[in-house]
Amino acid sequence: MSATTTAVPGYVDTDPYRTIGLTNVVRSEWTKLRTVRSTYWTAIAAALATIGIAVLGATQYVRTFNPSNLEGFDAANFILQGLYVAQIALGALGVLTVTGEYATGMIRTTLTAVPQRREVIALKGLVYLVAMVIVGEVLAFSTFGIGEAILHLKHAGVSLSDPGVLRVVVGGGLYLASVGLLAFALGTLVRRTAGALASFFGVLFLPSALIDLLPNSWRADAIKFAPANAGTQILNTHRVHDMLGPWQGLGTLTLYGLVILLGALFLLGRRDA
Amino acid sequence: MIEVRDLSKRFGSTLAVDHLSFSVLPGVVTGFLGPNGSGKSTTMRMILGLDRPSKGATTVNGRPYGEIRRPLHEVGALLDAKAMHGGRSAYNHLLCVAQSNGIPRRRVGECLELVGLETVGRKRARTYSLGMGQRLGIATALLGDPQVLMFDEPINGLDPEGILWIRTLLRSLAAQGRTVFVSSHLMSEMALTADHLVVIGRGRLIADSSTTDLIARSSQGYVHVRTPDVEGLARRLRTAGALVDTDVDTMRVTGLDCAAVGELAALDHIVLHELTPRSASLEEAFMELTRESVDYRTDVTVGIAS
Repeated sequence: MSATTTAVPGYVDTDPYRTIGLTNVVRSEWTKLRTVRSTYWTAIAAALATIGIAVLGATQYVRTFNPSNLEGFDAANFILQGLYVAQIALGALGVLTVTGEYATGMIRTTLTAVPQRREVIALKGLVYLVAMVIVGEVLAFSTFGIGEAILHLKHAGVSLSDPGVLRVVVGGGLYLASVGLLAFALGTLVRRTAGALASFFGVLFLPSALIDLLPNSWRADAIKFAPANAGTQILNTHRVHDMLGPWQGLGTLTLYGLVILLGALFLLGRRDA
Repeated sequence: MIEVRDLSKRFGSTLAVDHLSFSVLPGVVTGFLGPNGSGKSTTMRMILGLDRPSKGATTVNGRPYGEIRRPLHEVGALLDAKAMHGGRSAYNHLLCVAQSNGIPRRRVGECLELVGLETVGRKRARTYSLGMGQRLGIATALLGDPQVLMFDEPINGLDPEGILWIRTLLRSLAAQGRTVFVSSHLMSEMALTADHLVVIGRGRLIADSSTTDLIARSSQGYVHVRTPDVEGLARRLRTAGALVDTDVDTMRVTGLDCAAVGELAALDHIVLHELTPRSASLEEAFMELTRESVDYRTDVTVGIAS
């Protein structure tokens, strides 16, 4: 390190009247996402979980194969069971993407560089979501390919061209992104890592635990519209009776995330950073 | 130029900033001085649009912060050394900040070099010492080559070499005609660095004047006298209205200047061995100035437990 600096070289801003553009913020947020290790660790954890569970499950199924098991067997859903674990890792990333900035103090640097708070956080969410859609689809398709190849040893597999299967696989990737949106929204709302993670798990898992406490007349709707129940309908090859339809369900989960995010963005503009 | 007009900020029942008004002019280093908890950081955060004022307004170059087109080109700020993600390297930290304001990538390398971090720029910020963190924060502030710079306690935790470096940097930034606003709770440091001082206590403005004026005005000078007849001279000076603290063969006289003390001594034929004007230390002057407004005071009397 040099001991003294006397001359401070400047640089000439070529276009001082330019305003901050969408691409400036998107580029900045993408740099942020790709330059921290947690992004890679959570993606690797998600990949290990989905592919690992598919391989273990499919191998076990093939080893103990009994043709009578084929009755009512949803192969695509069976292969993608690991998404339930992957959603935790990628959701944690969504939470950390925002709360990490608050925890480290980076948020103050971010918001002094771009005072348009709601726009910055919305674009941060967009960058994260696009990354989640890509990661989710890559995971869903590769996991399906591997699991399906193993099941095919006993001709228990399915093909993407079978009715509903492509929707399950494409929807599996989108489901991860939709859960990610929920996590990101809660991170923006709560701002602290521990609290945001707790509320994320709470929204995802608590409703099914609390449903028994509800009056009977509410129970059917509560089951149907609980965020996790709604979202996971997309993973069933055949529509389940008494539940929301696949796209309807995924849309409902996404709507929960969007509503929470809008509320959080509203508060963001009013609170001290 | 930074302007603060009738600014107040209330957190619950405490008024952290209380009807504060002052201007920070270009071309000089302006020190922002006050005891811990006096509202310095809160004021700076309001100038940067991070906290919203309960009352009043601030502008930078005539505009509210939120209306500046690409803020990094106009205002650079160091709020605290750790306002960055520890897992990101210095280079990537600067890169993502630069990109948000459309600042070219080569400027990142320039700024790393400017603060002397070019060899460690690829290391994660978490591994940095406090001093290196301060340097990285300063590099962040300089990215857009702004005309206005704000530093909150930049010398905290720095070694003497680092303090000298910051002092030189601040002065050269001001010499280039920039507006430089630096907060500190150390009067002695500000006396060396700042040309102008804004002093606050409990969120209120206490003084806003040039450093030399402020020191002259607030330091209580006294006269140091050495004489074989302490008792006799003390009696004489006290009758003339002076305040005298005596020791074995010296005394500290306030309220009279050297000439008056000498003349009074001559009247009584008292021999003087030494007659020296002294000014109070800067820290004493500062404590005098902010005595009424310190939140957490410790009495410096040591009692003996019985």
